[in-house]
Amino acid sequence: MPPILVFARLTVQESSRRRLLLALVILTLLVVGFSAWGFNKITTVTRSDGTLLPPDQVSLITSQLLIVITFMYSGVLALSAAVVAGPLISSEVESGLLLSMLARPVRRSEVVIGKWLGLAILVTIYAAGSAALELTAVNWATGYEAPHPIELVLYVAAEGLALLSLGLLLSTRLSGITGGVIALVAWLMAWIAGVVGDIGTGLQNSALQNVGTISHLLLPTDGLWRGAVYAMEPDVILTALRAAGTAGRANPFSAVDPPPTAFLAWVVVWFGLMLTLSIWSFRTREI
Amino acid sequence: MVATPEKGVAAAAPAIHTVDLTKRFGSTEALAGLSMTVPRGEIFGFLGPNGAGKTTSVKLLLGLLRPTSGEAWLLGEPIGDLATRRRIGYLPELFRYQGWLDAREVLALHCELAPLPRSTWKEEITAALETVGLSERADDRVSTYSKGMQQRLGLAAALVGKPELVFLDEPTSALDPVGRHDVREIIRGLSARGTAVFLNSHLLSEVEQVCDRVAVVDHGRVIASGTMDELLSGTAVKVRVSGLDDSALTKLAAFGPLDDEGEHLTFTKLDIERVPELVSTIVALGGRVYEVAPRHQTLEDRFLQLLHEEEK
Repeated sequence: MPPILVFARLTVQESSRRRLLLALVILTLLVVGFSAWGFNKITTVTRSDGTLLPPDQVSLITSQLLIVITFMYSGVLALSAAVVAGPLISSEVESGLLLSMLARPVRRSEVVIGKWLGLAILVTIYAAGSAALELTAVNWATGYEAPHPIELVLYVAAEGLALLSLGLLLSTRLSGITGGVIALVAWLMAWIAGVVGDIGTGLQNSALQNVGTISHLLLPTDGLWRGAVYAMEPDVILTALRAAGTAGRANPFSAVDPPPTAFLAWVVVWFGLMLTLSIWSFRTREI
Repeated sequence: MVATPEKGVAAAAPAIHTVDLTKRFGSTEALAGLSMTVPRGEIFGFLGPNGAGKTTSVKLLLGLLRPTSGEAWLLGEPIGDLATRRRIGYLPELFRYQGWLDAREVLALHCELAPLPRSTWKEEITAALETVGLSERADDRVSTYSKGMQQRLGLAAALVGKPELVFLDEPTSALDPVGRHDVREIIRGLSARGTAVFLNSHLLSEVEQVCDRVAVVDHGRVIASGTMDELLSGTAVKVRVSGLDDSALTKLAAFGPLDDEGEHLTFTKLDIERVPELVSTIVALGGRVYEVAPRHQTLEDRFLQLLHEEEK
């Protein structure tokens, strides 16, 4: 097996043996169970005249609640990616664990790419698995189907991968705690900057709008989150938001349009840059 | 004068050859022009006090650090050559292995990274575990191992693939006397099959027992090197004495480097012809002599003498 795949396998194996995967699976099943129960309650809500909510309203409420629940999932994924990626290389350098392996015919780029790949596999599986479970539970409870489930998984996974890439880059130079905290703060700041950009849109203030745009370029997590939101918006909501004009765009839990193609192209470039920087940083580090 | 290995002679090239290898960390000179040659199949002891530059040298040779200047070759190839690393084993001073794997899995990982043909793994792993005495705990998670067992595992990892050159950085730091004895036997076994061993240690008696040749490094410079016989040609004199104050001890410095251990004074390099003069001087200074024991220098005597001369 090539060294890249060996390091990827080790990363997955470590998460599994340290019971990180088990913990995530149990917590996810709990959340899916509770949320399915909650969504089911929407279908039993009665109006003042004693009749049940019509299916259109149930779908409307469900779609908006699903966005909030997905925000929690994307948060869990981003936090986990940052916390796990932060010490991915630094802790093994500090403990000496990497020393004997780096004395083998192994390139440092193979270590970086392998670890990224291993964690990327976990992030993608978690994003796909948790989304599949949650969407199935919602469909069972309310009959609602998200308009673009595949895109939803891709955007949520990409958000986790972005945090993982940032955490890994920091891990090549900084201690695990420092790298993890910086990645988390950056994720929160990017989200807040996105909100500021929304306010700028609502107020038609270009300076505030630029804050959102620049943050999307530096760390594309919020831009990707907006893609996930768009993938969950039913047409009726999109129509209402578009009718509301700029005010309809000033909300971190709504997205009127899918992410622009130029932004998605930048995301691909951004991932390439992060990995290249990580490889360069680790290759030039003296151990 | 040291010669640069020529191309095409790698098979006959020494195990290690360095020319003016230097390493600076900012304003600190960790290694100041290391030039040495370690022949194939030889057990080479690299001695020095803590912070002398021993581990830095090993890491430079293994490509974990980049030299500030100078050149070096391992098995005839420039340091950093990936293919050469297939033929090298390494036990780091800071040894730690995946606690969530068992010993067999850790060694399989090293077989895979070496890389060795999969068909040889089982035999390699069994032999390595047997050599270091870990066969009975081979299926236990490494996280349950004591520090000494982890060091044995590290040694096993360094042995897989029958390397031509093995770097052992303080290989017995976590071992008990039995473990140290075992490691000496392993090192002798490696040498017997033609493997060169670069033994980095500050445990002088250990080095003295196994090494063919040693280099003493201090403040990043080699201050002495040679075979054990060449280095330990002098005589040391141990004197049991009382009644000497600090000023008297200072006057005794005229008899060469002195290791003061309270009641016992060891003159680490003193010609045996000067012993009567030494005794009469001690008596004249008010000292009471109970015992005078001339002996061949040990590595510790020589080491202390060299460091003493360095300080001057």
